[in-house]
Amino acid sequence: MTPAERCILAIGALAWAIASTLLVALAAEIPLNERKSGYEFMGPETRAMQDDDSANPGSLWVFDGEASWKRKVGTANKSCADCHAGESMKGVAARYPAFNAARGRPVNLDQQINICRTERQQATPLPLEGKELLALSSYVGRQSRGMPIAVTIDERTRPFLEAGRATFYRRQGQLNFACAQCHDDNWKEKLAGAPITQAHPTGYPLYRLEWQNVGSLQRRLRNCISGMRVDNYPLGAPELVDLELFLMWRARSMPLETPAVRP
Amino acid sequence: MARTLINVPPKAKKGEVIAIKTLISHEMETGYRHDNVGKAIPRDIISLFVCTYNGLEVFRAELFPAIAANPFISFYTVATASGTFEFKWTGDNGFSATESVNITVE
Amino acid sequence: MMTDDDMMTDDEATRRQFMIGAASLAGGLVTVLPVTEARATPETMQAAIKKVVGSAPLRKGKVALHLPPLVENGNSVSMDIAVESPMTADNYVRAIHVFNEKNPQSNVISIRLGPPAGQAKVATRMRLADSQRIMAIAEMNDGSFWSDEVDVIVTIAACLEDPV
Repeated sequence: MTPAERCILAIGALAWAIASTLLVALAAEIPLNERKSGYEFMGPETRAMQDDDSANPGSLWVFDGEASWKRKVGTANKSCADCHAGESMKGVAARYPAFNAARGRPVNLDQQINICRTERQQATPLPLEGKELLALSSYVGRQSRGMPIAVTIDERTRPFLEAGRATFYRRQGQLNFACAQCHDDNWKEKLAGAPITQAHPTGYPLYRLEWQNVGSLQRRLRNCISGMRVDNYPLGAPELVDLELFLMWRARSMPLETPAVRP
Repeated sequence: MARTLINVPPKAKKGEVIAIKTLISHEMETGYRHDNVGKAIPRDIISLFVCTYNGLEVFRAELFPAIAANPFISFYTVATASGTFEFKWTGDNGFSATESVNITVE
Repeated sequence: MMTDDDMMTDDEATRRQFMIGAASLAGGLVTVLPVTEARATPETMQAAIKKVVGSAPLRKGKVALHLPPLVENGNSVSMDIAVESPMTADNYVRAIHVFNEKNPQSNVISIRLGPPAGQAKVATRMRLADSQRIMAIAEMNDGSFWSDEVDVIVTIAACLEDPV
């Protein structure tokens, strides 16, 4: 082969490598109009459980949250209702995680509730994944039911979105798996008899039949991450919040179903 | 007291058959599970649910560990007169919860 | 040093080795198998049914039991039972009993009704530990028993999975 021929061959090979990578990257993301909530992967009985407020176990947490909302706590002796008097929380849950200027990074709804507790109510923060915090986020989340998920992506939140995206697409752990391999590429398939969903966080906090309890998105992410045999992140870790931000952005404009029911 | 959620139509016509839905928060620990060191977790369930309507018992259910956590029970009753529905759940470890809901029957 | 093994004939040695092997195999099995817990079986289910029905005939019909054929999670499975009955003072459903085949225990729920119900229709959510048959039995005021049964497939079991 002459140097010229070798050069052409090399350029051709490089062009092919770039094209196929691009094609793979483009093919991976689910087109916006093909996105489906986990609701659509459930049977009619489980959907009925979610749709009927009188039958949805998450309703128990919503009502507990309503009671907590009105309860005066802390040395400031204030309830959530005192500051947010007459103000509905409609739309709030749909835009979290949101940027927190004091912390220079996004925080999720649970973290925001604790920020309010410590800074405004002068009370101790509620334990993450504890019953009261889940009740409050269920109560706040319920008020955004039906509203489109709408997290803000701007120059402040973009770096964290990209960090979350990188986690979603990165092969990691003992199985060298990326979240995207199941949830972008194989969501039409089944894993151990159960449908693989597209992993849109459309209903958190939600009542999971597996847990027989209400749990947060972080609890679910930790379950998945340990299932992938990846070193897990503790509850509240910034890596998990970044991933939450990415997942909520990926689910943008899909309606919120909180409190959802999932198998 | 455990959180309960009752759905009874606030109004009904005399003779109308109405649906009543009840939900109560309770773990319904079966007694068949073990903790992370292998110790059996003792049974802790709601074992009885009774509904009375103006003092008359209209529904009774004996529950076993096979009933799922946060028990949901829905049933029907004939609306006879305005008054009160009383719901009572009892179970292991002296568990007891009661709730009452009024109805107007015309 | 001379051992017992050295004194034995080949046949005896082989048999001794077999016995030792078998004993250690048995010993191994005893330590490896988990403690078997009480579990309902089709037989215990029949016994539990007999306690309720006695020697009366159990007829199919009048009862409609609904469970999803493929269960998403055995921890909470929606169950609907409807019994055909006018629920009048002389013709009503006195009780509804539900039994299972493979949960740790045969009973699921026992319901008492009467004419005040208007309709013999109940819904609840149950746990299922394995793919199995569920049976609902209605006891009428005239002492007759009617039943329906459903086969369900369960991939994610209840009761037998310990909490993480």
